Amino acid sequence: MFDRIMLLSMFLLTASTGIALYRVMKGPTVHDRILALDSIGYIVIGIVAVHSIMLDSRAYLETILLIGILAFLSTVALSKYMEGGIVIGTKSDD
Amino acid sequence: MIEFAVGFFIVVGTLMSLFSSLGIIRLPDVYNRAHASTKSATLGILCILLGAFFYFFFTHAESSIRLLLGIVFVFLTAPVAGHLIIRSAHRSKVRLADISVRDDLQSHLDGRELRKK
Repeated sequence: MFDRIMLLSMFLLTASTGIALYRVMKGPTVHDRILALDSIGYIVIGIVAVHSIMLDSRAYLETILLIGILAFLSTVALSKYMEGGIVIGTKSDD
Repeated sequence: MIEFAVGFFIVVGTLMSLFSSLGIIRLPDVYNRAHASTKSATLGILCILLGAFFYFFFTHAESSIRLLLGIVFVFLTAPVAGHLIIRSAHRSKVRLADISVRDDLQSHLDGRELRKK
């Protein structure tokens, strides 16, 4: 029963990744694509957590922190780039 | 018993993530999609990570500090990322959907520019 619940939630998380991937391919503006990629990053964190429960192993838990930091930094860099073209600037914008 | 609680948390988080993806694909413009993406995806991932923490806490008797750090990190950074995307979209003049009624941020910015002149 427990394994089937984990398998079902893995399937549903993969389906939601595919749905968000459709928005990445279709999205009318670049910001839609950035938003969907950010959402895919968070769903992948959930997939790693469910996978580590299914395998009953604690070896994959660092990956959660790693993917979280990478998704956040890539979102910040992409949105700053789309905003003004300067990712790391010295002048603070009000 | 603990498997029941863990399964409940995981299923709730999974359904939240699925609904946020449906919101990303169904809502009309980028501002509404950000509403669907940031809020429900954050809650869903928090539920899944909390379920994983309870699983490792009650079956292996080990409180995994990495999962707690992941919860805190996602809870802190997901709203900031959503805010940054939407600020960048509004500054690059992404149009609102046709059914939108008002744009308070644009009128606020117009008023500020008028006061500057």
